[in-house]
Amino acid sequence: MNWQEARRGWNNFKIMKQFIAFVKKEFYHVLRDKRTLLILFGMPVMQILIFGFALTNEVKNAKILIVDHAKDISSQKIISEIAAGKYFKIEKVISDDKQIEPAFKKGVIHVAIVFPANFHQDLMHLNKTQIQIIADASDPNLATTLTNYISAIIKDYQSGLNKTFSVPFQIIPDVRMLYNPQLKGASNFVPGVMALVLLLVCVLMTAISIVKEKETGTMEILLVSPFKPVLVILAKAVPYLLVSLINLASILLLSVYVLGVPINGSLLLLFAESTLFIITCLTLGIFISIKTNTQQAAMLVSLMGMLLPTVLFSGFMFPIENMPVALQIFSNIVPSKWYYIIVKSIMIKGVGFSVIWKETLILAAIMVFLFFLSLKSFKIRMQ
Amino acid sequence: MQEIVIKTDKLTKRFGDFTAVSEITFDVYKGEIFGFLGANGAGKTTAMRMLIGLSKPTSGSATVAGFDVYKQTENIKKNIGYMSQKFSLYEDLTVLENIIFYGGIYGLGNAQIKTKSDELIAGLGLQNEARKLVASLPLGWKQKLSFSVALLHEPKIVFLDEPTGGVDPVTRRQFWDLIYAASDNGITIFVTTHYMDEAEYCNRISIMVDGKIEALDSPENLKKQFNTGSMDDVFYELARGAKRVE
Repeated sequence: MNWQEARRGWNNFKIMKQFIAFVKKEFYHVLRDKRTLLILFGMPVMQILIFGFALTNEVKNAKILIVDHAKDISSQKIISEIAAGKYFKIEKVISDDKQIEPAFKKGVIHVAIVFPANFHQDLMHLNKTQIQIIADASDPNLATTLTNYISAIIKDYQSGLNKTFSVPFQIIPDVRMLYNPQLKGASNFVPGVMALVLLLVCVLMTAISIVKEKETGTMEILLVSPFKPVLVILAKAVPYLLVSLINLASILLLSVYVLGVPINGSLLLLFAESTLFIITCLTLGIFISIKTNTQQAAMLVSLMGMLLPTVLFSGFMFPIENMPVALQIFSNIVPSKWYYIIVKSIMIKGVGFSVIWKETLILAAIMVFLFFLSLKSFKIRMQ
Repeated sequence: MQEIVIKTDKLTKRFGDFTAVSEITFDVYKGEIFGFLGANGAGKTTAMRMLIGLSKPTSGSATVAGFDVYKQTENIKKNIGYMSQKFSLYEDLTVLENIIFYGGIYGLGNAQIKTKSDELIAGLGLQNEARKLVASLPLGWKQKLSFSVALLHEPKIVFLDEPTGGVDPVTRRQFWDLIYAASDNGITIFVTTHYMDEAEYCNRISIMVDGKIEALDSPENLKKQFNTGSMDDVFYELARGAKRVE
């Protein structure tokens, strides 16, 4: 090791020490502000619980149309089960398929089930039969709930049969969603809440904490110090990265243990992708903080510029497919949209990286773009 | 011959068509208290920002502590202290934490920070407040504390940008005692101010009007030159010719 290398090593060590001193200060800021602390850690819990319980619509007296081609013991039993519960109100029992569609179009019914001819016979002799469930999925939440109820009733009946007979019987529900077949939209809110919370913490909090230093005048002092300006910005982001990861963990714990939403895919992949999204959001927060000079402005830009597009264009509350083309195109630049797709794919569908690499790449590209944009505007400011 | 610590030659800053600072030339000597005066919008702050490395000059040359303002801002930053008109400590940190933080970003070692902070706290008589949040201190103490923090890393020059704004006369007096003490230790003080009584405390002052330095001398000589008994009159005489009004 020559003299120059030693010197460089010493310098790096010194910069590291400066950096740690700065990060420590940032943690004081975060931990001392009780109100912010409450928002930081309370908000994710609140949101998960509100979305989880307030938005699960337990349905009562949903109108159901029954098309019974079989008219045998099994179909009768299932129909009487449906009638007995509080969930459904039987609109009509008919034996004509053609009436189904008009009834849906008029909005007279929410769901229809079709028993094929020979329902009972097939069940007894082939041990296997089908039943069709058709739901109006223009309200995807309602459609899922209703088809789940019906499937449950059928399963009950099936397991009742299996107890009395030794052969295993199988009734396969064939679920059709009308108008919104893949149930995109509000099918699951946990990924949406994750995007929302991470966005709020990273963009809003980071932007505010940097702009606050500008407002109070401490930023000038920092810029006059030998501490590198880029490091100021990075050090500001560290605590929020950590807070975000904690929030992520608490959201996932709540969703698994309180709401019963499982994580089907790899937890590691989920955290890795989330870290990518968190860094994207931090960069965005930094960019906003460079462009604004007051905390109010930073807050307004973060809320209007980021929160609103996330709610509107991530596909978590409103299906993007139903939007005008211009807005569909616009939705592509909203980072949360890609993150939402990624999280849904990992959590709900349980897929691996090979399926979501494209979304990951887009998110990474947005991140890199924002990073260089911030760096450039930061340098211009320094002139 | 006195040692020169700040030297500018036709230093200029333009923003588009607007010339904020126009060809200012002056020297500042080691250990002196140099008052930098001017009405609002005269270009004081812009000139100062060029000297402390926050803004690149358009033309002209300048050295601070022997380092070039174009190329050696990193070295300049290590050798200067700065205190702005806005209160510049963190209110949600304790006195001690603020000192440790600033020591940290100036790259002082732990042992050095420990001795320095003990010295500083004892010097200001803040032993009982060291572990209290800065927010709970009265403004005067905050100002004295931020001045002392600006001296923590033993800079050669301290830049003070209207340091006593909004402070009562008694505290201002005490603040100036600190400035004198620093100057006696060989630290150069470069201070901007609005208060003419403060201008009297300076060894030499310069008065800027419309981006140019219109007068530069000791307060006594300036009063003689303008044939008047007070700095107020000198300043008014020069500043009323200003075309720029903010």
